Formats: sequence, C-alpha cells, structure tokens
Amino acid sequence: MARHRNVRNRSYSDDYDFDDVYGHSVEEDSCLSPSDAAQWMYDRSRNQQAISNFLDNHDDIQEESEELPEPSHATLERRESMDLRGLNLNEDDEAKLMSCLDELRNVLGDTTPDNILVQSVLKHKFNYNKALDEILNNKSKQEEKPKPEPVIPPPALLIEPVKVPVVTTPKVIATKIEPNKAAVIKGFKIEDGNTKSCPQTPRDQSPATRDRTPSRLDQADDNKIVLKIKENKSDPNTQFQNERGSEKDHLYIVVIGHVDAGKSTLMGRLLFELGEVSQRTLHKYEQESKKIGKQSFMYAWVLDETGEERVRGITMDVGRAQFETKTKKVIILDAPGHADFIPNMITGAGQADVALLVVDATRGEFESGFELGGQTREHALLVRSLGVNQLAVAVNKLDTTNWSQERFDEITKKLKAFLKQAGFKDSDVTFVPCSGLTGENLVKDSTEPNLLKWYSGPCLLDVIDKFNVPQRPVSKPLRMSINDIFKGTGSGFCVAGRIENGVINKGDKVLVCPTKEMAEVRSLSINDLASNVAFAGDQVSVTLSGVEMQNVSVGYILSDPIQQVPVSTRFEARLVVFNVKVPITKGFPVLIHHQSLVESANIVKLKALLNKSTGEVLKKKPRCLGNNSVAVVDIEVSKPICIERYKDVKELGRVMLRVAGVTIAAGLVTDIFTT
Amino acid sequence: MKLVFKNIDKDGSGSIALIPEESEDIWHAYNLISEGDSVTASTVRKVQTESSTGSSTSNRVRTTLTISVETIDFDTQACVLRLKGRNIVENQYVKMGAYHTLDLELNRKFTLHKPLWDSVALERVEMACDPAASADVAAVVMQEGLAHVCLITPSMTLVRSKIDVTIPRKRKGFVQQHEKGLNKFYDAVMQGILRHIDFSIVKCVIIASPGFVKDQFFDYMMQQAIKTDNKLLIENKSKFLLVKASSGFKHSLKEVLQEPAVMNKISDTKAASEVKLLESFYTMLQLEPAKAFYGKKHVERANEAMAIETLMISDKLFRCQDIQMRKEYVSLVDSVRENGGDVRIFSSMHVSGEQLDQLTGIAAILRFPMPELEDSDGAESDSDSD
Repeated sequence: MARHRNVRNRSYSDDYDFDDVYGHSVEEDSCLSPSDAAQWMYDRSRNQQAISNFLDNHDDIQEESEELPEPSHATLERRESMDLRGLNLNEDDEAKLMSCLDELRNVLGDTTPDNILVQSVLKHKFNYNKALDEILNNKSKQEEKPKPEPVIPPPALLIEPVKVPVVTTPKVIATKIEPNKAAVIKGFKIEDGNTKSCPQTPRDQSPATRDRTPSRLDQADDNKIVLKIKENKSDPNTQFQNERGSEKDHLYIVVIGHVDAGKSTLMGRLLFELGEVSQRTLHKYEQESKKIGKQSFMYAWVLDETGEERVRGITMDVGRAQFETKTKKVIILDAPGHADFIPNMITGAGQADVALLVVDATRGEFESGFELGGQTREHALLVRSLGVNQLAVAVNKLDTTNWSQERFDEITKKLKAFLKQAGFKDSDVTFVPCSGLTGENLVKDSTEPNLLKWYSGPCLLDVIDKFNVPQRPVSKPLRMSINDIFKGTGSGFCVAGRIENGVINKGDKVLVCPTKEMAEVRSLSINDLASNVAFAGDQVSVTLSGVEMQNVSVGYILSDPIQQVPVSTRFEARLVVFNVKVPITKGFPVLIHHQSLVESANIVKLKALLNKSTGEVLKKKPRCLGNNSVAVVDIEVSKPICIERYKDVKELGRVMLRVAGVTIAAGLVTDIFTT
Repeated sequence: MKLVFKNIDKDGSGSIALIPEESEDIWHAYNLISEGDSVTASTVRKVQTESSTGSSTSNRVRTTLTISVETIDFDTQACVLRLKGRNIVENQYVKMGAYHTLDLELNRKFTLHKPLWDSVALERVEMACDPAASADVAAVVMQEGLAHVCLITPSMTLVRSKIDVTIPRKRKGFVQQHEKGLNKFYDAVMQGILRHIDFSIVKCVIIASPGFVKDQFFDYMMQQAIKTDNKLLIENKSKFLLVKASSGFKHSLKEVLQEPAVMNKISDTKAASEVKLLESFYTMLQLEPAKAFYGKKHVERANEAMAIETLMISDKLFRCQDIQMRKEYVSLVDSVRENGGDVRIFSSMHVSGEQLDQLTGIAAILRFPMPELEDSDGAESDSDSD
C-alpha cells in the first residue's frame, strides 16, 4: 500500500514541530514509498542534543525540543527515525552500527546526514575512528564548495537519486507561519516570477533560499493563485493563514489530577468568573445541589452534566468548555480523576496541547493522591507519554491550610522531583496556588493577605495565557481521529474528534479507516459554530454522508483518500515499561489505547531489551520485561487498526498499554507490518 | 461422560467406549481423538442404490461406521465435533476406503481405538468421566459500549455473545443522546443474558465492569424485569454477583476469577485455579526470574535437572498433529510426575490457557533457581518465531 502513497506532498522532516523549516522534501518525479525515502532523507530531529546543535546560530527558536528531558524518551527518539531494515543487516551488525552512529553523532552532531554516517560506518566495517576520519575529510571538502549540493551519491541500494539535504546547516528561521510544504509548487512559481535569479525548479532550489520568511508580497500573490486555481486542494498554509491569521490561537488544555482534587470545581469556578456561565444557571445549580446535600459541587455541575455524574459527585467522561484569555481561545477538557475512568481521561488527554494538573493541598489528601496508586502520578505520566510537555500545576484548596507557604513549598518540592523524573522540563512547569471553591487567584490576582505575603506570581488565567501554542501540522495529509459519534440535527450523522494533521474542507471526500469507506464531508462545526474549513489541532464535529453510522466506531480515523493512513494488526513498538507488578512476557494480553481507540492486543514478541540511556541493545529476545525497562516488542492487535509510525505522525504513533486498570507501558510505533 | 468399556492391552493399544452427555464432553473428546485413531460411531449416510433398470434412488440410512480419522474439526461455539476419514470396516452400505464424516452426537456411544493410550489421554478420560457436578458460571464483563456474555464451564470459557455498541459521549446540551445510547446498550446486554444464560444450570452470574457500569446495568435490568414482569430474572436475582473488572474485554475475566468473592462461589472450577497458578508464575518471574521458565527448551532442561515443581502445559500441545511431538510432551509430563512435580494441563479454551498458549504453551515453576538456564539464552534461537 505504501508504494501507492503520494510522496509528493509529504515532508519527512517536519515530524518535529520546531524544525519545520529545515530540510523540506521537495517534489519527486517518481513515486517512492515513504519508508524508502525516509531511509535516505536527512532527519534533523535525530539528535537534538548534539553539541554542534547549540553551536549553530539558531537565533529565535522558542519551541523547545520536546524529547530532551527524559533520558528514556531521548533514546527512543534517537533511533526513532532510523530505518535500517533496508540495509539487511543482521541484528548484531545493526547493534554495532547503532553504537557507532551514536558515537559519530556525538562528535558531528546533526550536521551530517545519516545515510552518510551509515555508509561510512559500513565501509569501514564498524570501525568508528576510520569512519569519523572519512566523514570529516569529506566534509571539509564540501565546505569549500561555494554552494551546498547534494552530498555523495548514496550507496547502491538507492533506487532514485533523492535529494539529500545539505550539509552546512542553513540558517533556520522559526516563524509563526507554517512554511510551505504541500503546495510548494505553487509557492515556487510565484517566487520564480519575482526573483529571476532563482533556479527553475524547486528541485534545484536550495533550502536556504527557500526558507526565507515569505514576504507580504509573496503572501498576497499566493492567495491570488489559490483563488485562481479554485481547486479542492488549495494551499493549506495560506488557507490557515487566511482563516486563522486574525483570530486568537486555539489552545486545548486537559485538566488532570487525583479524584476529588477539585478539577471540575476549579474549572466551573473559572468559567463562572469569566462570565461563561450565567448567574441564573449557577443559581439553579446551587439550588439543585443544595437539594441533594452537595452544595460544594455546584461549580462542578457546570461541567458534569449527566445525572449519574451529579448524583455521584464525580466526573466520569471528559467534559468540555471554552473561554477566552487575552491572546488565546482556550478549550478545556475536564478529565475524570477516578481510576476506573482512565480510558476516558486518555481520550481527553490525547486531544490536548497542554495540561493543568490539579492537586489537593489539604493535608493527607495530597499525599494519598500522590502516593503509589494515586492518580496524580499516573495522570502525569500518561499526559507526558501522550506528548504533552507543558504543564501547569494548580495547588488547589490552599485555603484549607490557611494559605500556608510551607505547605505550598512542600507540595511543589515533591511534585517537581517527580515531574522531572517523568520528563517535564522545570521551565515548562508552573505552580500556582489557588482555591477553586472560593475562587482565589483564578482570574484576578489574589486579594488574600495570607497569600499575598509570599506569593506574587501570576494567577491561573495568566498562566494559561502564557502557554505556547504548538505548531499545527496543517500541510500534512489529513488525519482525524474519531472519538464520538452521534446523530446530528440534520441528515446524516456527526463524528467528533481532533484533526491531528492537515485540513478538512466542507465538501471534501475522506476515507473512513480502517474500513476504508469513502465519505463526504457535509458540514463542519468547531465548538458548535459552523465552519467551512478546519485545521490540524481543531476539535471538530463533522457531518458525514455516504457511510452508515453503524459502520463507524470510536477510534476510527478519517484519512486523506490518496495518502491513506496505514492499517494493520501488527506493529513494532519501543516500550517504556512503568512500574509493573508482574513482568511483561511474550503473549501478555494488554489493552492498547491509541487515541480514543481501546483494543485488546497481545505482545507477541519481545525483540530486544535496551539500555535506558544509550539505547544500546542489552539483550536480544529477553524472557521478560521488568520494571522501568526499555524494550522493542511486536504487538498484535485483535482487530486491524489505523496506526502510524511515530516519525510520520506523532499523535498516531503513540500507544499506551494497560492491564487490569493500570498503565504498564507507553510505546512509540517504530514499524508497521502490513498483514 | 460415561465410560462404557475400557479395553487396553499391555502395549498401550486398545479401545474405549464413551457416551458424551453434555457439550463439555465433546470438548474432551476433541482433546482425546487424534489423527490416525479409529472411531466407531453410529451415523447417518446417504446411500445411492441403482436398480437393475438403471434408475437410481438415494435414501438416508442410519448405520454404524468405523473410520480412521484424518481431520478433526471442532466448533467451539456450537460444541460440535466432526471427524473425517476413510471407512475401515466394510458394511452393507459403505465400501472400504470410502470417505465419511462422523458427527459426534450427545448421548450416543462412540468407540475410540488408539494405537497408544498414553498417560495424558487416560487422564483425560478419567477427568471427563468424573461425575462431580460441573459448576457452570456465567459471566458478563462489560464497559460502556462493550460487553461479553460468557459461560464458564470447568474446562471451557465460551463467549456466547459480544455486544459492541457506540454510545455517544456526553456533550453540552446533548446529554439525552448519551443516556439513550446507554439504555440501548443495557437492553442489548440484558437480551444477551436472557437468551444465552440458562438459569437452571448456572450457579451464579457474575457481572463485572469498571466503575459504576455494573451497578447501573443491574439496576436497569431489575427495573426492566419488574416492568415487564419477567419472573425469571426476579427469581434469580440472588444469583447475580457484581464484581470489579478493569475493562469489558474478554481477558479481564482473569481479574474477575481472581476476585475473592467469585473464588468462594466457584472454588472448584478449573478456570479459577488455572488463573491463580498462572499468576503465581508471573509473580515468580518478577521476584525470582531464575525459578520461572517458559518455552520447551528451557523447561526440558529444567526437567533434566529434576527441578520442576509445577509444570503448566496447554492441552493444545497434545492436540498437535505431529505424533513425535506429542510423545515428547507426554514423556515430559510423565517424567515431571515421576520426579514428584505437579502437572497442570491448562484448557486452551480458558482465558488463562489462551495466555499460556501465547507464552509458548508450556511454563514451569522450579524448586530451585537455575540461573544457568537464563544465561544460555544466546544459543537458543526460538523455534516458535512467527
């Protein structure tokens, strides 16, 4: 299937948000399967922590590298985009190769494409020193050349001369705007017209020239062309720019924490303070909650709407609401804290950009939520594994301790240590003291004298406002994961979910995977407002026609009909095993959580046990995987599912494994077997 | 199962006649009969006769045939066993060597002749004929939108019905859709229970789910029962047992069977003890990895050192077509027993057995640690790589 995928609109280097601008895949004359191509494409993200990386003058990249902090994750990432299968190495050699490569990268950083490294390592029979010599010599030769050119023809395995991105790193300019990718051609045509000195085809164009920030003029021209062509696939970036340029950025935030930490109440209060909930409604809630003797739940009722939830006083499914801050449109996803509803929480967290961890400051409550078995830990680990890297911690109910600084510091200290271990950077975690029920320090700076004595930081709303909005992969092929199916008001039915990649337009044809049925998008609505177009990162409900409602279920993917999402029952993943009571063996039955999909699966093969920090193979075919190990395994799912390799689509390349209500491991998909 | 006669020579060959009485017995028969055995049973065959004038008539005759078994088919859902093979005893309707397919039927005698009755087979006969009343348990594992109605018999777990319904999530202003979907789902599960569970046989019905789904469902069911005046449900209300499970998938039955409340009720079922044993294997693997091994090679090596305390083996391994392989497994079982070890033959129809099957089908807990086995891994290229 992969062979028929259209490589043209695909960019391999933009898997990582922060280096979007670098190393574009440009138009190919022939079809090359993505995996083949990936083998020869330089992927800068391979090794972000190399020294030379920092030597380079990236002046203004504010996006932080996501995987840096957690050692185990770092190793994951490092080998992530490596595809050595094509080299037909046996496992020993592969291991040798990997360690040589690691060494080389330590020295060279990411200035040299991997294929060159691989090539020279192979050439020198895994002799690291010789290989390094050769590469360095080559490099100095190349640097003499005036203009960077494709380096050394790759080895005989190569089918097509793929353009290898250049050795000397061009200056990367991180811009707010997504660089042209899918529709490169159009953009270039204009550029050709404007600047005569430019090479004739995009193929010959060096990334350096191309990576300029598009000027106003270009932009305008771009739009004109798009209008003229009037085809279905207009340039997604410009479209995005047009539609959203003027609007506030959308930010999805998931609220997590232990049961009864006060997540819903905090959010309910926040919404009330912001005027999103009318006085009248709240009065109604107050009266009703009083009636059943749960007056303290009145704010939580803003988000907990089903009768069941209100009676029990807990959130069971993800509630959602929205409000606006100074610079952002924020959509909150209120996740359930109860251990039984973690599947729902995963669904919610899978859609979020950032997370708000709520902890109960009451003495004893924080401890019980934080100790082993408490949800604070599991939730934090889960959101981290789901790719959330910015976190705010609301230390809630601090009024019960009389706004004691000691208590706040104590909690902060404990959490900081844990969060660091879980892989959050210190700079990405903000602690805010607050009280959900009294509404202290939520939207306005506190007036509480006891708190003012020692706290002068921002209030919760400001913290939320300060979150960075991640780059939206707008120009990649469409992927939208379905997490809800319901009957709409008109004809047809609606599916709701988050667009992971790409753009969806009204009238588009989409493929419902894994059943591979064609459907047409009748209408779109974002947060209950009708819209003609929706972009990556949006939560939309899409009215579909052309498929039966029964044939669609939660966890399905709406995919671009041409560049389809891979469907398979078996894949290879790199697991990070959490604290487990029993070791993972072959044949271990697990539940796999992939986006909103939950499916039963088996671990069918334990391939290798890896060193946590270096990624070296410690043992092949281990008998079992114990606590906190990192391993490569094969997983077989009982039904075909849509899955992507992590390097292709991050969101669809992550899986969680759960057994008996406990998350035992998080994994990244490294390979998909077509069955 | 009733044993009619047993006639086994000193060399191990011989025949046994059995009458299966319930569907469970068919499963035992399936595990007993292997290719190359000969089976005698009464069957119906369409016989064509040609008269002297050339016109042919066909009619169905009930006759007793003996076939040499070539292929065995077992339908797990309907519990039907089909044996295909060549006729080896000529009679007036069927020629020698003609193919026939026997359907083993309940309450009809069949005679099984084996060239070699090994210990595992004999044990199976004994187990099958054990008159101890089998305690049937029904279990419903469910989560929002997914339910499995299962029947747990001593040696089988049968999924009677799987209910998979998409329930719209709650969303602002659309709570009714969620609740409507939920009710629809509960209704489907209730119908599944009514249709597939025979309350006269079943000792208890376990309803397991995460969260409050089980309570909600149980309330719903009882309300419906009262509304529709369903005597069956109201009378059997005490048979229902609500326990916690982590999900609605089939393998969470394992957790259900470990629940103390359930254990009390069904203490004699094989299913529960198997789950427990497998669990202890995993615990051992965690605590003392050198005392728990799986895979044929490791287990055999451990057996050579007479180290095996408990051997867990899936009955799937004894059903293999390769006679030589079966012999190896049988001798392994025999030798473990000789050395005073405990042998448990897991039913591959249970969740625990399914898991063991995935785990190469054979595992052992040792009396003393054998770290040298672990180290010798390098040479072992797994034969069961797929």
